[in-house]
Amino acid sequence: MSDTHEHSIAFVRTTEIAQQPAPLNAAGPVKWMRDNLFATWANALLTVAAAYVLFLLISSTLPWIWGGLWTTSSLSECREILQGQSAACFSVLTERWNQLLFGFKYPAEFYWRPTVALVLMFFALAPVLFFDLPRKLLIITALFPFAAYWLIWGGTIWTPLFAMLGFVVGYFVYARYVSNNFALGFFGGVAAAIVTWYLSGFIVGAIAPSQPLLAAVPSRDLGGFMLNLMLGLTCVSLSIPLGIALALGRQSSMPLIKWVCVIFIEFIRGVPLITLLFVASVMLAYFFPPEATVDLFLRVVIMITMFSAAYIAEVIRGGLAALPKGQYEAADSLGLDYAQAMRLIILPQALKISIPGIVNIAVGLFKDTTLVSVISMFDLVGMIRGPILASTDWNGVYWELLGFAAVLFFIVCYGISQYSQWLERRLATDHR
Amino acid sequence: MSTLSDPPEGSFRLSMLLNDTRYRSLTLQAVAAIALALALYYLYSNLAANLRAAGLNISFSFLGSSAGYDINQTLIDYNSQSSNFKAAIVGILNTLLVAILACITATILGVFAGVLRLSNNWLVRKLMAGYVEIFRNIPVLIWIIIIFTILTAVMPGARAYLGEEPERGLIGGIFAFTNRGVYMPAPFFTNGFGGGEGSGLNWLMLIAVLVASFFGARAVTQSANRKQEATGVRPNTLLINLAIWLLPLVIFSLIFGLSWDMPDPLANRFNLQGGIQIGAPLIALWFALSIYTGAFIAENVRAGIQAVSNGQTEAAAALGLRPNRVMSLVVLPQALRVIIPPLISQYLNITKNSSLAIAVGYADITATLGGITLNQTGRAIECVLLLMLFYLVISLSISAVMNVYNNSMKLKER
Repeated sequence: MSDTHEHSIAFVRTTEIAQQPAPLNAAGPVKWMRDNLFATWANALLTVAAAYVLFLLISSTLPWIWGGLWTTSSLSECREILQGQSAACFSVLTERWNQLLFGFKYPAEFYWRPTVALVLMFFALAPVLFFDLPRKLLIITALFPFAAYWLIWGGTIWTPLFAMLGFVVGYFVYARYVSNNFALGFFGGVAAAIVTWYLSGFIVGAIAPSQPLLAAVPSRDLGGFMLNLMLGLTCVSLSIPLGIALALGRQSSMPLIKWVCVIFIEFIRGVPLITLLFVASVMLAYFFPPEATVDLFLRVVIMITMFSAAYIAEVIRGGLAALPKGQYEAADSLGLDYAQAMRLIILPQALKISIPGIVNIAVGLFKDTTLVSVISMFDLVGMIRGPILASTDWNGVYWELLGFAAVLFFIVCYGISQYSQWLERRLATDHR
Repeated sequence: MSTLSDPPEGSFRLSMLLNDTRYRSLTLQAVAAIALALALYYLYSNLAANLRAAGLNISFSFLGSSAGYDINQTLIDYNSQSSNFKAAIVGILNTLLVAILACITATILGVFAGVLRLSNNWLVRKLMAGYVEIFRNIPVLIWIIIIFTILTAVMPGARAYLGEEPERGLIGGIFAFTNRGVYMPAPFFTNGFGGGEGSGLNWLMLIAVLVASFFGARAVTQSANRKQEATGVRPNTLLINLAIWLLPLVIFSLIFGLSWDMPDPLANRFNLQGGIQIGAPLIALWFALSIYTGAFIAENVRAGIQAVSNGQTEAAAALGLRPNRVMSLVVLPQALRVIIPPLISQYLNITKNSSLAIAVGYADITATLGGITLNQTGRAIECVLLLMLFYLVISLSISAVMNVYNNSMKLKER
């Protein structure tokens, strides 16, 4: 190279120049701002308008939050201290903290019980939500419902123990016969569990101590955010198996089963949740035997479970329909029967596709648990609108309380939806 | 399947009902039918026993008896002497009113926010993402209560607008925002159709005139289209269209003496009189449903726009279309096919969520039939059944319309 230019060009640089920084307006924050905030004059106008809106929002709320009081005992005391200044009176949260979380009737000396159940809930949910954790942790998940029931409602420990025994007996019967025939194993397991529960009803009645270790708390004493969490978790977990059954039933080739499922799903999806809650509060009791008293909590759980099962069934039906027909045909050609094909080939794939949809339904359902305040159950919203705002001490503290409820729900729901997005990325096995 | 021949005569055994795939589904369905019938009979016998014990019966005659309660916000004539049936009709109309209002504003808000979420302005994009996330993740019931509280606790009382020298003047001389709602002028006709005072007939006539104007304007647009296709020059239709819309209206108003009933600060010492009052519950419900559902619609719109492939935008840009025309002529029409089905299901959600009116005391069907009528007559089963029937009819008809629309919008490839 240097030879050819030796005579024609006076100077040829032989070393590379050190890299120069880019001009100020072609890189760095200035360039970014030009591209993203002030690309055109209309865009710049939009930026200014947006910044102004943001400024208004922050400047009106931040001092209010910052100057908030946390330790007064009533609203009038807050007003005395603030003397007309605009600031929050968060002391309602500190003073009524336990009521917001547990309702106003749950015995104060037992608050530790739901708290322990909440902590257990995280351990129980972790192996379900994150597949990388050791599978042995699922034992906690299996034990959790019984432990949580015993902690929250109290009473004799034999009730949850025998309930668990029913499941164990059912499982053993299922495991014994499933190799012969799935239907035999399944229905045999269900029958064995029911027989166990029926018999254990007498046994528990006989051996229950009069002074149980944990004192019993009736379900009408439950309330606050605890009630929202309980309803959400119970109904979602109960409605997933029911939803799978409904979705399979809707796809069935047997006309009777198909139409029963279609009518059930379309009926439930066609009416608002609130009418179903009305059914739970005023109508469902008529359909139980006259001597049975089924408490409101259980009736609400039944109706909300039916509600979310119908929606989950539709999501799973979408997953089933999204599977290529070849999967069904491949299962048939391997000689698998219906139960095996579903269990081993179809459902694992269909459920994987449906997970984001199911999580969306779960978030929606958790938000909808606030509706129980309309049928005078004292969940978080019911506590705020009822006992707390009606009390003489805190009559008029709207923003702090409603804001607290909004933040609490936002944290949970946003967390779940972020998890769902993570899971979607994690489960994506298609090549892009 | 052709290899399966008919079973030989007389070889049918009972075990084939379970083991032979030809008969198994019949067996299973028979078992299911018996189980279902038993379950229904069990529920029915419980119901009958409970009703007998309570001395009740199922009867819908309560619909004809006098309701005995007042409703603030009604679209038709109603007083406490009217029947429960009429109260239910008032409720149905109120449900439809708030649902339609909320559908319109939620769509506008949602499309606006959805398009802005894809803006190349970082701040606007983030602001809209914040709006969507905040409103989607907080229960709509909390939003309804928050907005209702803003309206009732922050707005001034009607008293502030009363008297010779009020604290606040009417806004623009005609509007008053109070904690009970918004007062605004009410139009009415002084001359009735065929003589006498104005009546509902006038309004029907007005609607007929508007419909006629609509078809007239459409005819003008179509003829302009034809002319443009034939000659390449589009005649200016703006003036003709304006005339078609406005002239009949003006003439109609002049003939029948359209006049406005203003809210009057002096007529009454305790409240504003005259005009229409749009109650705070209606406004709260309307706003909350719009903003909440708007966040969901924004996500649908964004997904729909992103579903249109980039090549379409680039092709349109290569043809020399400006960005806003690319959006309106190329991207949005294609995105609509993706957006419309979830949009309709959001409309369904609005209609169903409007049942939360009961939380702020807006007299929709849930609050009248399912609330006060139920409590006063004690006819729980009948009321809840009618309530469900109403929502079911609405939902099923909306989904029927949606199916027709989907079929007409489907890509017709082969």
